[in-house]
Amino acid sequence: MVKKLAVVDVNKCIGCMECMFACTRREGRVGFDKSAIRVRSAGGIERGFVVVVCRACEYPPCAKVCPTDALRLRKGGGVILNKDKCIGCGFCAQACIMGAIFWDDELDKPIVCRYCGDCADYCVHDAIGLVDV
Amino acid sequence: MLMTVEELNRVLYVDLTKKDIKVKDRTDLFDEYLGGSGVAIKLLEEECPMGIDPLSAANPMIFAVGPLTALYPTASKTVAMFKSPLTGNLGESHCGGRSAMAIRLAGYGAIVITGSSDILLYLTIEGDKVKFHDASSIGGMDAQTVGRILREAETGSGVRTIIRTGRAGGKLVRYACAVSETYRHFGRLGLGAVMGSKNLKAIVISADKSVGIPKDKRKEYRTVYDEIHDVVVKSDAMAKYHDLGTAGKLYEMNKLGGMAHKNLESASAPEAIALELSGENFANKFLSRRISCAHCPVGCVHLASLRELYEPGYYFKSTTIPYDNEPIYAVGFMLGMEHAEDCLRLIDAVDSVAMDIISTGVALAWATEAYAKGLITKAHTDGLDLHWGDVSSYLAAIEKIVEMPTEFYQNLAMGVEHASSVYGGQDYALAFGGNEMPAYHTGIACYINNLTGARHSHLDSAGYTLDQKLIGKEFSIEEVVKSLIAEEEWRQILSSLVVCFFARGVYTSERVLKAMAAIGLENWSPEKLDVVGREIHRAKMNFKFREGFELAKLRIPKRIFEVPTPHGLLKEEDLRTAIEIYGGIISAQK
Repeated sequence: MVKKLAVVDVNKCIGCMECMFACTRREGRVGFDKSAIRVRSAGGIERGFVVVVCRACEYPPCAKVCPTDALRLRKGGGVILNKDKCIGCGFCAQACIMGAIFWDDELDKPIVCRYCGDCADYCVHDAIGLVDV
Repeated sequence: MLMTVEELNRVLYVDLTKKDIKVKDRTDLFDEYLGGSGVAIKLLEEECPMGIDPLSAANPMIFAVGPLTALYPTASKTVAMFKSPLTGNLGESHCGGRSAMAIRLAGYGAIVITGSSDILLYLTIEGDKVKFHDASSIGGMDAQTVGRILREAETGSGVRTIIRTGRAGGKLVRYACAVSETYRHFGRLGLGAVMGSKNLKAIVISADKSVGIPKDKRKEYRTVYDEIHDVVVKSDAMAKYHDLGTAGKLYEMNKLGGMAHKNLESASAPEAIALELSGENFANKFLSRRISCAHCPVGCVHLASLRELYEPGYYFKSTTIPYDNEPIYAVGFMLGMEHAEDCLRLIDAVDSVAMDIISTGVALAWATEAYAKGLITKAHTDGLDLHWGDVSSYLAAIEKIVEMPTEFYQNLAMGVEHASSVYGGQDYALAFGGNEMPAYHTGIACYINNLTGARHSHLDSAGYTLDQKLIGKEFSIEEVVKSLIAEEEWRQILSSLVVCFFARGVYTSERVLKAMAAIGLENWSPEKLDVVGREIHRAKMNFKFREGFELAKLRIPKRIFEVPTPHGLLKEEDLRTAIEIYGGIISAQK
């Protein structure tokens, strides 16, 4: 069954950033510069948090605007990035109104969620999780 | 941008007088003293000339993180070190929030701020870009508003820390604190006043880098990381601190008879008050959100939502207020509050002006008793009729400590040690080593801790925990002193790595070494950790002695001998003996 990442219950998010750390950790580094997920306050921590991550759209706007077909539609929603084709134009990031396409400054290419679920594995409060498409 | 594990050695020096910066490689310090408290005390020795006025430009302000910062769960604290304007010797305060993660991932192991600006500034540190900004438009503002404005004015949302002072810092209240992420504090010993004296309103630090784990270590790092994560999540601390937060132990401590109530008129509030001010009651009535520091899954920070009638005619306001064990003690139990709502109002007022809440509560508790006994009058209090449980008077008094309309408030703003030296009432002025006391009246260990701990903080050696363990057991004073010294020495390692003390059960010596080895720091052994822990502790004590601290001159308020602890009444001669033993041990084992 194809899975996608979902913000299951944002009210359970405590802002620990474990998901962000987990995402960049896949690359053998500690930080956020390879993270495809971000948590920020909803305008002050008292209002809670916003989890920004790819929602695996069925008709993803990011793919629609890619001039080189570097973003291929993924079965069940979302996209798969072909880095070799990507020219780093940034249209995809502009097209995502969720702001869920992040930017890799080192490669000058987008960071796109792979729906691997590493972030969800470290979310002990179940704010995010992998769900069936 | 990628950096190595070793680049923790980068120290940023900011000179506020010259508006100049430089970065130095301090591998020498980080190799030997890890980071955090260990490196900070060495930097303080270098940067703080002997005998200076803590509120002069010569006082340095040092922030330090450690080798585990950002790399492992619950390694989430920043150590601040400075000369304390409250005690006149060692100032050390720890804060979580996003401060530690932001400093490390901005590319620094420590930040040293010296000098004093001619105009009010705020500082932004975005990786290598350090900028000075005019803060004159936010000078008189409270800590929450400053945070809101800078959040919108500056970049780095989600990956930054905003450390700021409130009005108390600008007015040089000696126990003004610095606030980060609205709800976390560099609470104790007056960092806010030092910031105020430097004309520095806020520091915004944004993460823009990541730390690369060496290729040959990645697998090991993941394994050790997962082990630590698993232990943290399954630990008792997780359940305890997540569910009710630090407030969860208030009721039991009161039941034990170890909780100072009304300036230690007794060590146990009546049952109805204890229930009202319990963590359970705060959670049931007011808990609105739990949050955590960066890279900590526990989420011990508990936020209350208080809905109040603001003006007649259905005008309500809702305020979000953080509550913890110590604030509820200091402005709840100590000030005789009978309603949790009132306690929250006082916490909010103290947080807004940004003062250390323990010092504020204890100072006001002394003032209340001194007023009842006629040592001070309405002429001193600027018309306030201070009495237990009177939230309106205390709200007004908090404001007056900051604004200082009379000489009395100028003195109270210098701490209870100083105020009681002017007006009398020292027998019940509950400060130890010049720092206002934490909640505990559990036995001799908590007071040895308060008196001899390098920061005069209950977190130095957790004497209150030892007292509880010793109930019903035979013990000698020497054993207690030795045990407290050993605890304080080990805590120097924890605060040099820097991990949160709530996770001290997770970071055993063995696990610390595993965590370090997994990132390539392999020249450490249990023995070396012990030696370095002792060395850091002695360096802190030596700084105190250098600045005039004397064990023999420690004042012990008589009140603590008049109220029974769970171990019965304490005796002054026992505490004096303990201090002597302590002095003997630390001078023999340098």
